[in-house]
Amino acid sequence: MARKGILGRKLGMTQIFDASGEVVPVTVIEAGPCVVLQKKDVATDGYEAIQLGYLDKKEHRANKPEKGHTAKADTAPKKFIREIRGVDLDRYEVGQLVTVDVFQPGEKVDVTGTSKGKGTQGAIKRHNQARGPMAHGSGYHRGIGSRGSINPNRIFKGVPGPGRMGNERVTMQNLTVVQVIPEKNLLLVKGAVPGPRDGFVVVRSAIKAQAPKEA
Amino acid sequence: MKPIIRDITAHQLRTDLPDFRAGDTVRVHAKVVEGGRERVQVFEGVVIKRQHGGISETFTVRKISYGVGVERTFPLHSPRIEKIEVVKYGKVRRAKLYYLRNLRGKAARIKERQPKTTETS
Repeated sequence: MARKGILGRKLGMTQIFDASGEVVPVTVIEAGPCVVLQKKDVATDGYEAIQLGYLDKKEHRANKPEKGHTAKADTAPKKFIREIRGVDLDRYEVGQLVTVDVFQPGEKVDVTGTSKGKGTQGAIKRHNQARGPMAHGSGYHRGIGSRGSINPNRIFKGVPGPGRMGNERVTMQNLTVVQVIPEKNLLLVKGAVPGPRDGFVVVRSAIKAQAPKEA
Repeated sequence: MKPIIRDITAHQLRTDLPDFRAGDTVRVHAKVVEGGRERVQVFEGVVIKRQHGGISETFTVRKISYGVGVERTFPLHSPRIEKIEVVKYGKVRRAKLYYLRNLRGKAARIKERQPKTTETS
């Protein structure tokens, strides 16, 4: 099954009532219109993908290579450019517009974004480690746990500890599309999406989605 | 909140509900689905709080049922609420009436208030 994808911006969260009157928490994503900037195929690039661009950049903020690249698709330079793989290449042409109506309500999507940066955090918040007893004179409250065997006389790489948390690429899988509003380029997906308000996100057909039972 | 998000939920907001606030006694007609059949359940009690704004607004109603305090929180704009009747307007001096939880019987009474304008009750 060919996948679909679109670029957008997270606007924030709200809730809506579904047909049965149940409250559904939704994230509002402004998705598209995106421009196909380039098609990549096996012959020239070694893999298949389309490159999408979202949101115009001011002319003086773009450099010459950017301007030249977007000029091939006959558009302005873009702020957010990402590739979507696994798409049906025949359905896309360079310069073509991709809008939200590629998605229908009920579809499952994966949403990728950059999570909010949390700065330096301890191992408890960052790695879900347990804390020590706060009382009874334990003297060990929120410190890091074991760092591994003492036998090698060093700490192995990758042992969990305090450090920078957040501000990394995160994908939420299998979110349901609740509503599509093509007039305003809006996509409402059920549940939370990584990143701050106005953070850029990539919305793609869910990679692990089961085929719908009715269809 | 961005205006665009308010617009999305605007058409789901209900305007047919009466004005009421904490301290008022209301009768809530809520639709419940029971074994595939829908019926209306009435819940009457004192409003002890209203929370949030916009589409997420909720209110909590407290009543004493068979000697046990029962509180139920409803989403204000839910289509499952058929109607709300204001039985009595109450005069209280705070927005959240959590103190009622510690009071029983006579002590838990609330003074009545005259609504300012002619409201539909």
